[in-house]
Amino acid sequence: MSEVIYTPPAAGPTQRSPIVAFNLRMFREKPLGAIGGVIFFVFLFCGVFADVLAPYGVNETDMFHRLESPSLDFPMGTDHLGRDVLSRILIGAQLSMIVGFLAAGLATVISIVLGIVSGYVGGKTDMLIQRFVDAWMTFPDLVLLIVVISIVGPGIPQIVIILGLLYGIAGSRIVRGAVVSVRENMYTHAAQSMGARTLYILWHHILPNVMPVVIVLFTTRVGAVILAEAGLSFLGLGIPPPTPTWGSMLSGTGRTYMYLGPWLALAPGLCLTIVVYAINVYGDALRDLLDPRMRGSR
Amino acid sequence: MGSPLLDIEHLSVTFRTDRGEVRAVDDVSLHVNEGETLAVVGESGSGKSVTALSILGLIGDNGSITNGRILFDGADLTRLGKADLRAIRGDRIAMIFQEPMSSLNPVLTIGKQVAEPMWLHRDMTWDDAYQRAGELLARVSIPDAAQRLNDYPHHFSGGMRQRVMIAMALACEPQLIIADEPTTALDVTVQAQILSLLKNLTRELNSSLILITHDLGVVARYADRVAVMYGGRVIETTTARNLYANPRHPYTEGLIASVPSLDGNPGEPLMTIAGQPPDLANLPPGCAFAPRCRYAQERCLEAQPSLEAVSEGHLRACFGYDHV
Repeated sequence: MSEVIYTPPAAGPTQRSPIVAFNLRMFREKPLGAIGGVIFFVFLFCGVFADVLAPYGVNETDMFHRLESPSLDFPMGTDHLGRDVLSRILIGAQLSMIVGFLAAGLATVISIVLGIVSGYVGGKTDMLIQRFVDAWMTFPDLVLLIVVISIVGPGIPQIVIILGLLYGIAGSRIVRGAVVSVRENMYTHAAQSMGARTLYILWHHILPNVMPVVIVLFTTRVGAVILAEAGLSFLGLGIPPPTPTWGSMLSGTGRTYMYLGPWLALAPGLCLTIVVYAINVYGDALRDLLDPRMRGSR
Repeated sequence: MGSPLLDIEHLSVTFRTDRGEVRAVDDVSLHVNEGETLAVVGESGSGKSVTALSILGLIGDNGSITNGRILFDGADLTRLGKADLRAIRGDRIAMIFQEPMSSLNPVLTIGKQVAEPMWLHRDMTWDDAYQRAGELLARVSIPDAAQRLNDYPHHFSGGMRQRVMIAMALACEPQLIIADEPTTALDVTVQAQILSLLKNLTRELNSSLILITHDLGVVARYADRVAVMYGGRVIETTTARNLYANPRHPYTEGLIASVPSLDGNPGEPLMTIAGQPPDLANLPPGCAFAPRCRYAQERCLEAQPSLEAVSEGHLRACFGYDHV
């Protein structure tokens, strides 16, 4: 005869660290976003350790192995000077990462400051800032970029600042819209009635509420900046050769030797597409999961 | 009795709108003594909420106080600088808003929000404030208070959120609490709990309470004195008890008569006040209530009656055709 004895569960469930729990949740609820995240982190890893990972020197030429198709020695083939395409892609990833993060970071900060001031203060300030943004947005991006680059000359700092300003000012609209809708909420009045200063309210009450928008803005900006930088390099206005960027690899060897060595165009092109797509998907997933209001909604 | 804690004298507030200047509050005088509960009663647009918001200087950019003083403990709040006003808000005067669903920030934890006023006004470390937030939640009868500090507002029901709002309002033990229709958005059963809680806690702290409501049942149970507002003006003010026993303004009389009562005759239709509340942008020249008043005479349509004493502590604004 057996007796059923109730045994209490041992000391509760094992506690996972919040970061692990969050990532597990992302894989469960947003598999596509999680894959995007993995690709994004592989990209970051490659960017950070590009110097170590690259099997050959970036500008190491090898006249005996020119325009070779991908092989075990050269996983992505070689270009017309016998340089290893994989090594150049890795260093290119590093540059894309640096430019992407710096410029998108700058753009996001500009968007937040302009958007919050404009949206929260309102009135004449809002009007002035918004008309300025309107005027700014009437300039075509590319024309502005070309003009400025041709004046100050190509280089990473210039590109970061210009792209940061360009996307930051345009993006302030989106932040402003979010701020205006948050400002009218009762809890901002409640915070005022509690004696909080304006800056405190902006930082502790408004900013967390527009964070979902900011996250998406930042991630889409990283993608957009990487693309814009590639576009500039394609036009020969980006980071000057022989530094390998994905854009210049596409336009230089990639275009010229498209028929002899299609891998020369495919490698940077595919990297660009996959990384930008992954960043966007990852950003969306992050936004959905980080917003407490969306929790448990699926 | 000494001077009142809050003394509003001849307050007028106007708003600029697309349709011109709107006078939302017109020559309103009110006072609240220490430890007293004053109910401000009126329908939507009667100016009761605007009066409350102007105490804290929160009437927004398009509104302005055009006349009058608001004396709080001797200081005129309408003349205080921003920093001085901030020091009073949340510390000595706290406000509870109408909609518990939207007056809590959805992306901050309950604990953070309850601890906030103490952190802002008291020299408390964040940890101390947070711990005290737990005690406050327990005090407003939230079960497992300490565990719930890390919850977000959407984990709470409407009644629980209003308890949280009360905890926030009480955090710094203010001298005056302004509750702007604190129970309008809640179930009837929860309403009574919330109001009793509010009343008991204010009594413990010996705080004064301004209870803004349109519910005369609430007034009867919880208020010491009542001010009835109509069209931006106070039209009658007296003790809560006296208001029911002896209403002297036709509007008050109508309000009381239109509350359903358990001992009324079943089947008998409820009394209503005919007509619509006045348009504040387009007030009649005479008494604002005259167009709806069944005792109205020619004089009522031409001149505005002023607030005059009918007995000790009982004021009304009516030309006083002895209707009652």
